[in-house]
Amino acid sequence: MYDVIIIGAGPAGVSASLYTQRANLKTLIIYYGKSSLQKAENIENYYGFEHGISGKDLYELGIRQAQNIGVEVKGQEVVNVEQLINEDARFRVTTVEGKYESKALIFAMGNEKNRPKIKGIERFEGKGVSYCAVCDGFFYRNKDVVVLGSGNYAISEVNELINVVKSVAILTNGESSPEFRADNVKIETKPIEEITGKDRVEEVRFKDGTTLKTSGVFVAQGVAGSLDLAKKLGVITKNNNIVVNENMETNMQGLYACGDCVGGLLQVSKAVGDGAKAGMEAIKFIRKIHNS
Amino acid sequence: MNILKLTEECFEREVLKADKPVLVDFYADWCGPCRMMSPIIDEIAEEKQDVIKVGKVNVDENQELAIKYDVSSIPTIMIFRNGIPVKTFIGVTDKTEILENL
Repeated sequence: MYDVIIIGAGPAGVSASLYTQRANLKTLIIYYGKSSLQKAENIENYYGFEHGISGKDLYELGIRQAQNIGVEVKGQEVVNVEQLINEDARFRVTTVEGKYESKALIFAMGNEKNRPKIKGIERFEGKGVSYCAVCDGFFYRNKDVVVLGSGNYAISEVNELINVVKSVAILTNGESSPEFRADNVKIETKPIEEITGKDRVEEVRFKDGTTLKTSGVFVAQGVAGSLDLAKKLGVITKNNNIVVNENMETNMQGLYACGDCVGGLLQVSKAVGDGAKAGMEAIKFIRKIHNS
Repeated sequence: MNILKLTEECFEREVLKADKPVLVDFYADWCGPCRMMSPIIDEIAEEKQDVIKVGKVNVDENQELAIKYDVSSIPTIMIFRNGIPVKTFIGVTDKTEILENL
């Protein structure tokens, strides 16, 4: 078990890890995909670089700095996060390669949104469109549903639903078919035109004019983002950001969020400061549970 | 603090015919996010006990109510006024956001 798991290897996550690891807390960083920092060509407004520095270089230096002091860093896609009750570990993070547990958890995975731009999705949110299989699958017992997506996250959501609902199909919306085979799961790769229905989701209409009747559309496109994982835990979000107090604490004890996923200034300097606060609060939290 | 345990039997009397606005939390015991909503509901019940009623519906035990009010995601929080649901919050919601709508 780890003391602290940090999801995200950008400036917020790495900064948090520097504090927790130096306080002798066993720290793991899990990251996947491209950080928004890596996409910045040259950063000229960050302290200490007289000619600026490329985002890619700063990102890589950060990860090496963390590794050099003993932080474990794993490049793995996170598909689920759970809160554990009455166990030593309080959180379990599931990636496509394994499960990792910790006493404190820090969200620092940026604010990439994978909301599909399909007509009808927004209109039917809460009326057949869902972003969380584990939360909402119950309401679709004995009903036909679809999962929108084509990656590991979509497959993880399918696995949550498969034993609850009557049938589940994967709709990739034009993306290539995932490497997933189950006798009772159909995969449809046709691009989608619209989600339709009267008061609730009733049908998916494809661009070729064909339709598929369904009671629910579970959205799991791309990689699970900060909002998807927050929703699974019951962490409060507002305006697509995770809500934290001035110490980067969320409404869940032991869970902190920092950097772009909490909103505000989307700058390296702010992310580093957020990460430092989150790291220090996680240290205080773990010392408190050790002493209690 | 008084949080009503709402059932299909008492819903009409306690919610639809109430003389005050009623805040209703649809939840289930197995739902992790609902556990995060619970202390927020408790705080609101404590702070606003003079002006509103607060109750909880266990959707496992009261499926008809969940169907009637089209609940397909939990937690769902509804504000009823004069027997009509006038505002719905889906998912764990900030206390201030709920208070602004009371």
